[in-house]
Amino acid sequence: MAQFSLPANSVVNPNGNVHKAPAGSKDVRSFRIYRFDPESTDKPRIDTYEVDMGSCGPMVLDALIKIKNEIDPSLTFRRSCREGICGSCAMNIDGVNTLACIKASAEIKGTVKIYPLPHMPVIKDLVPDLTNFYAQYASVKPWLQTRTPAPPDQERLQSKEDQEKIDRPSACILCACCSTSCPSYWWNSDKYLGPAALLAAYRWIIDTRDEATGERLDELEDPFRLYRCHTIMNCAEACPKDLNPARAIAEIKRKIAERKQ
Amino acid sequence: MAQHERPLSPFLHYRWQYTNTLSILHRLSGVFMSLGIALFVYWLSAIASGQAAYDESLACFSSPLTKIALFGWLQAFFYHFLNGLRHLGWDLGYGFEKSVARKTGTVVFITAVVLTALTWWCITSQITASVSGGVL
Repeated sequence: MAQFSLPANSVVNPNGNVHKAPAGSKDVRSFRIYRFDPESTDKPRIDTYEVDMGSCGPMVLDALIKIKNEIDPSLTFRRSCREGICGSCAMNIDGVNTLACIKASAEIKGTVKIYPLPHMPVIKDLVPDLTNFYAQYASVKPWLQTRTPAPPDQERLQSKEDQEKIDRPSACILCACCSTSCPSYWWNSDKYLGPAALLAAYRWIIDTRDEATGERLDELEDPFRLYRCHTIMNCAEACPKDLNPARAIAEIKRKIAERKQ
Repeated sequence: MAQHERPLSPFLHYRWQYTNTLSILHRLSGVFMSLGIALFVYWLSAIASGQAAYDESLACFSSPLTKIALFGWLQAFFYHFLNGLRHLGWDLGYGFEKSVARKTGTVVFITAVVLTALTWWCITSQITASVSGGVL
């Protein structure tokens, strides 16, 4: 059943610490950031940081790094590649899930509000616990499964056309923006695999070299694991790589329907 | 280190997307229409129970409150029906491109409003014509 309120320990105090910009800053921008310290008994809070944009890089991640380096070293977030390929800095910025490294601060009107990915257990500040998300990914067995021996003199070859089918779904970086934008995943993430894991499942189902298609479909044919997708399409709107998990899920449903004919 | 239960990150602040708006409207219109079945059953049973019961039911159906609800049901019907076609298209694998989905969503919403207005206009002008023509 859909839960519309946060548990008591998760209710956010909107009036956390305020870090004023240094005197003489010209282009000041406010960042309101979700904070949670696992070592204190305090509830999560929103801290406000005034950042001098004149000396800050263009992306939201640049601002976060500037805050951590110059204002508050306790601010915690994941980041690595800073070019939209590692998926580490996925967070909820200005109400929408995206990667902080490819979201320009200038694209956002007014105060920049930054939260961790929605409806996830928070380890610290902007770092959500992705254990369940990764376990769901592992559950679709995201590797090539074969029953026949490989040709003795070459690799298992793939035609150009067949490769093109998996090019797009293979581009998923597992940032979890899609799954945590999905209302159905918010309320059923214990049983529903979510758009990211299902996109990965689809990538192996349509791989012409894979020989476990039937088992893969058997595994997914479940009222919750697959069919909690109601084609809301928030996933496709959120994906920072412009992938379309909703379409992949619909294709899996079709494949299950077709094999019954 | 003290271990506390991890808080759940906020989610209801998620910016409303047109996608989840149309989706929740589909659900709400479906639920709303099921409620309307009660009134439909009342109407049928009034017909079956003879002249007196039927005349009595007319009082209910001509009340402004019922009319507002009927207008709502008409709107719910057209929206649910048209968006249902959109879902059928998706189930067949069509219309998933983000730009296409946005267009079909807009078309469904506007068409539902227009068809509701047209149907309502037809019904009310029919009734007015019947009244002035002395049928009622």
